[in-house]
Amino acid sequence: MLEFKVNGQLRRVDVHPDTPLLWVVREQLGLTGTKFGCGIARCGACTLHVDGSPVRSCSFPVSAAAGHEITTIEGLSNDVSHPLQRAWIAEQVPQCGYCQSGMLMTAAALVRLKPKPTDEEIDFAMTNLCRCGTYPRVRSAIKRATGQAEGRG
Amino acid sequence: MMFGKAQTRNVPALAAVCLLALLVASANPGAAGQTRPPPSESREAGLQAWAGIARVLRHPRCMNCHTTTNFPRQGDDRHPHVNLVRRGLDGHGVPGQMCSTCHQTENNESSGVPGTPNWHLAPLSMAWEGLSDADLCRVLTDPKKNGGMDLAKLEEHIEHDPIVAYGWNPGANRKPIPGSRADLIQLMKTWSRAGAPCPSRTASR
Repeated sequence: MLEFKVNGQLRRVDVHPDTPLLWVVREQLGLTGTKFGCGIARCGACTLHVDGSPVRSCSFPVSAAAGHEITTIEGLSNDVSHPLQRAWIAEQVPQCGYCQSGMLMTAAALVRLKPKPTDEEIDFAMTNLCRCGTYPRVRSAIKRATGQAEGRG
Repeated sequence: MMFGKAQTRNVPALAAVCLLALLVASANPGAAGQTRPPPSESREAGLQAWAGIARVLRHPRCMNCHTTTNFPRQGDDRHPHVNLVRRGLDGHGVPGQMCSTCHQTENNESSGVPGTPNWHLAPLSMAWEGLSDADLCRVLTDPKKNGGMDLAKLEEHIEHDPIVAYGWNPGANRKPIPGSRADLIQLMKTWSRAGAPCPSRTASR
């Protein structure tokens, strides 16, 4: 039995320790906001936080989460009040939306350490893939959320 | 976004950690003034051992993270790491995309992402790309560059540091360093007993 906190709540799961955290979050805990994309830690759709740091959960064994605090997109805020969530809505960032929870979690990790990220810092942090090509709006939303509004992308 | 099997195997080789990637982390400020015991192996034997050591250090599993660049490389062709991975201030990546975003403490069988504790780039003082055998030797033995390690600490690092062991257990279809870690340890001991000689700059390529 493995024990860890997810979005502030203590959770226990009985799964194989090598199971990717992604599948535990989605299937055991029912938190389906975190998405499966590539399965090889490249696309970033599965990004969540472990102790505040971004992790691509398709490549993160659940055993490594034991004793740690997990935050998923559902825990970023409980009322869509996180500045990034509000900026995402204001800039109408998503198109199909599939990659956007991973985008938001990566962006949240970025602005936690870089409250006013430059364009270059955004480029090297936001390597999540988006087949709809929402990248300009992602950048605009991060700028808006960090008080560097530059208008709609 | 889906990727083919071949890409899967190549992917996240933030590669190559290996010998000495942890030097700075395990700095020993007292090493600079070290005194060495008299050599118990010939200089020739030492230089021969060093040539074997240098061959290990030049392997992609090592060199891909001992770069002179602000990014790591990956794969046996040593291409720049995908996903715009950057060195960051301390070799552990940048906010939003740290090494630990993808690389954990063990190789991940399902994703093919390699891992070992404290995955990171070696510091620029230990950048090995483009160095001759002679200069590589001098960098390795310079406490100002190698994190303050004396020979004993170097041997200990090679024998016990998990990041070194990764070179022979890279996971997925990555090629391990030829030979064994035990071979490298033996080469290090011979080289050390010879007084850790470095080739002359004119004799080295």
